[in-house]
Amino acid sequence: MTRLEPQPGERIDRRSPLRFSFDGERVEGFEGDTIASALFAGGRRVFSRSFKYHRPRGLLCCSGACANCLVAVDGRPGVRACTEPLRSGMAVEHLNAWPSLERDVMRAVDKVGGPFTPPGFYYKTMIRPRRLWPLFEWGLRRIAGLGKLTRRDEREWRTSYRRRHADVLVIGGGLAGLSAAVAAAELGADVVLVDDGAEAGGRLLHEGSHERARSLASAARGHGVEILTGASALGYYDGLVPVRRGGVLHQIRARAHVAATGTIDQPLVFAGNDLPGVMTSDGALRLTALYGVRPGSRAVVATTGDRGLRAALALHAAGVPIALVVDERSEPVTALADSLAEHGIEVMTGAMVVGACGDDAVQRVTVARVADRGGERVVHCDLLVVSGGSAPATSLLAQAGTAMAFEPHSGQFLPGETPAHVQAAGELAGIDGDEAIELSGALAGARAAIAAGAGEDEALHSRIAGEQTELDRMLARPATPAVTPTFCGAAADGKAFVCLCEDVTDKDIAYSVAEGYDSIELSKRYTTVTMGPCQGRMCQLAAIRAVARQTGVDAPAVGQTTARPPWTPVAMGVLAGRPFEPAKRSSIHARHRALGANVMWAGDWRRPYDYGDPALEVRAVHDAAGIIDLSSLGKLLVRGPQAGQLLDRLYPNRLSNLKVGRLRYGVLNSDAGRIMDDGTVFGLDEDSFYVTTTSSGAGAVEEWFSWWMADWDLDAHITDLTQTLAAVNVAGPRARAILQRLTDMDCSPDAFGYLDGRQAHVAGIPALVLRIGFVGELGYEIHAPAAHGQALWDAIAQAGAQDAIRPFGLEAQRVLRLQKGHVIVGQDTDGESNAYSASMGWIVKLDKEEDFVGRWALELAAERAHAETLVGFRMSNGAVPHEGAAVVVDGAPVGRVTSARHSERLGHAIGLAWVPTALRDAGSQIAIVDEGRHYSAEVVRGAFYDPDNERQRG
Amino acid sequence: MSFVLQCPNCGPREVTDFAFGGELTARPRSRPSERELHTYVYMRRNAAGAQLEWWHHRSGCRAWFIAQRDTTSNLVSWTALPEDVADRGEGAA
Repeated sequence: MTRLEPQPGERIDRRSPLRFSFDGERVEGFEGDTIASALFAGGRRVFSRSFKYHRPRGLLCCSGACANCLVAVDGRPGVRACTEPLRSGMAVEHLNAWPSLERDVMRAVDKVGGPFTPPGFYYKTMIRPRRLWPLFEWGLRRIAGLGKLTRRDEREWRTSYRRRHADVLVIGGGLAGLSAAVAAAELGADVVLVDDGAEAGGRLLHEGSHERARSLASAARGHGVEILTGASALGYYDGLVPVRRGGVLHQIRARAHVAATGTIDQPLVFAGNDLPGVMTSDGALRLTALYGVRPGSRAVVATTGDRGLRAALALHAAGVPIALVVDERSEPVTALADSLAEHGIEVMTGAMVVGACGDDAVQRVTVARVADRGGERVVHCDLLVVSGGSAPATSLLAQAGTAMAFEPHSGQFLPGETPAHVQAAGELAGIDGDEAIELSGALAGARAAIAAGAGEDEALHSRIAGEQTELDRMLARPATPAVTPTFCGAAADGKAFVCLCEDVTDKDIAYSVAEGYDSIELSKRYTTVTMGPCQGRMCQLAAIRAVARQTGVDAPAVGQTTARPPWTPVAMGVLAGRPFEPAKRSSIHARHRALGANVMWAGDWRRPYDYGDPALEVRAVHDAAGIIDLSSLGKLLVRGPQAGQLLDRLYPNRLSNLKVGRLRYGVLNSDAGRIMDDGTVFGLDEDSFYVTTTSSGAGAVEEWFSWWMADWDLDAHITDLTQTLAAVNVAGPRARAILQRLTDMDCSPDAFGYLDGRQAHVAGIPALVLRIGFVGELGYEIHAPAAHGQALWDAIAQAGAQDAIRPFGLEAQRVLRLQKGHVIVGQDTDGESNAYSASMGWIVKLDKEEDFVGRWALELAAERAHAETLVGFRMSNGAVPHEGAAVVVDGAPVGRVTSARHSERLGHAIGLAWVPTALRDAGSQIAIVDEGRHYSAEVVRGAFYDPDNERQRG
Repeated sequence: MSFVLQCPNCGPREVTDFAFGGELTARPRSRPSERELHTYVYMRRNAAGAQLEWWHHRSGCRAWFIAQRDTTSNLVSWTALPEDVADRGEGAA
């Protein structure tokens, strides 16, 4: 039976069994279990196969640090079984082993692959023959990796976020963190505490002080501290700490931070140190105390400090027989050694583990004296508890700008001076002993509250000074430090792993140093040591020590690798946040659907591409009438005594003299003289103008207008009506007759001419009607409240039925406007185009007195020849080149096609292209290369269709 | 990059609420020489330190305002609507 007698403070509820499955087999655990504790209790020892060699791996840290227990849950890979709470009905599966975890054929890599897969082998081998690379890649991808992502709707992976502003954020809910939270909250601070355990308390929970943990946590809650458990702080980004908790990313911004992330129990490096059954002392204690699971039936404990000795005592008390304790120190601390002796546990001092072996699990451990490797003993056991020192979890502090300093007494890299708003407390700060840890937490909490703006007074200052003196007094007591573990040298037949996540052995580090990668940062990049899912938690110290050994430099000189976020691996979907695909649909959209429109994305808008047959739609506009939804056009109302002046300064043509009821085309330029957007301006009354922009430019133009207004401080004001108004264009020779049927206004050419605009009722709907000719036929744009958009559309369709009016989509509009040579800003122009090079120089009025945006650059452009010019072209044969096809001269690309379509009306293919200015004149022959095929075309200037605009002016 | 900006209208908001409008530039008051125009259009000081900048509260009140931000620390020392900034220094339009 793997479950122990009920343990005091255990988290499981033995009366509530839960059922779940592992690789399809039914397993049972208890409420409060993690996936790993339930599987371990059920007898499972192998939890994963290693990254490169496919060696069996078992539970090591049981605290979410290492990668040994990564599994997939309900198809979602990368879950740490040792911290993931068990839920009923979970489908848990192993990763990266075939056909099963127990018999993984890819283990062959371990047996034979070693010599062929040294560090960086992918830079040296499998290069030639090149054509075999796809095969190599196929193989490598099957061997390496951490599971497979199931292809399904990626939205399911994406989660929501929450923003939380607080005074103090405490990271780590152990003794120091809880004390800090209480102290800060007592001073009135709004405190958030995050802890990655299922319950706050940290070490207290599995070291016999669970009651203390629970009373501290409840005191914190009583003071209003928000405690987030099961929450991982991902990094420190300029004061913002993203915290992943279940399906929510908490973005916590605090005025001050307390780091109380504690230390990580380190493994030891010896041959066979990765066998299932090798467990850190913390891991063994957590299994025992939190989940009442017997981690082994007979244990050897190997330690370099007191942590292992304390674990041996606790395991013995829980009923795990301890065969032997080996302590690398020649003089272990007396009190602990005495207690072990009292319980009849044999301690071998000045000794270490030189190897572990067994068939896919620890069966025998060989120990020897450190000094001379003598006195070798073989001990049979199924659990090897290791404690290779306590590494402070300093990553978040380092990201917050704290430099670490090597403390020779304890052999740790400890935080040095922290920034003003960041405090370090507890074991993280190198503080030992519960009393001192608690006091350091309280001090850090009080200081953080003050940094966050809590009221200070004399009494508080003297209290803090007193507490600091008391803490200094406690820390002055001598303690027996841990020692740096001695490396025993890997046996010839066994691998000694420095980094388990990436399968990097001590030999690999030696190899990389021999190849010249002799700094820790280089060795890291070459061997990928510390780059796996544990992010250096279990291997950074070992890697530093290995590089130090190989280079003959001491550990502090080797230094640490840079700690970069994320500190805890995080799914991309959590970072991406909940998916928003904003789709704008016009008020007439339902009608387009009903008419069978094929809908496409046009910027943020969903717009009809066609209604089945764009050629038929083009014909209808030419011969009778068509109607298109233009609701996506940007629509701005510019009002105020200086509205005209504002437009004069923004447009290169004059607009302040635009008569009420008249319409003018305008192009917006930047001060660099580049084309930004185009549209029309209509004079509504003396002080009001109605401005339209392109669909995609609506937002940018509104921001552009308001930015210049903010800068110039003009008495004008802008209202964005883009979503408020619907707009349709009725175009074609029958458009006038159709419109006249719907309105009392006189639509005759004399009363309502080209570029006129009228406010009128159309089909009883108040509307603004603008006579514009974008598609090259007689046409009216009708702008009306969006609420009436569909009614307007339906009325026009009904009134035009006798004329066979047809709805037309974007594709037909593109053909129609191309026939007129009308430019689409952003398609035919780019960030380099100016009005002159785009053959629209007529729009710029340099004789205008006022300064306008872009004037000075355009003056220069007008004087100088531009290298490229936008021209129309007619294909010599019927082929339609792709947009983006190259214009070539002597085989070299010198320009490009921006638009091209077949025009049924003209009987040939036409387009727009940027060509060298030397070729811009009508009749020039240009060569076009499209996907390897060569075509010739002739330059055409002006409109292809109805060049004198008789039809649209008619 | 992550910090909080004080919108003059709305108060403190995460920087993701805002659009960056670039550093304040001095639009020439009268016709510039070609070199002056080039400097105004293309050259930026790109200061390592305090800098006057345009910001737009795109996901809020949609106001443009001016902020002084230290580009090395992202500390924003003040924000104000343009009409409340008497001396825009080199950034005066």
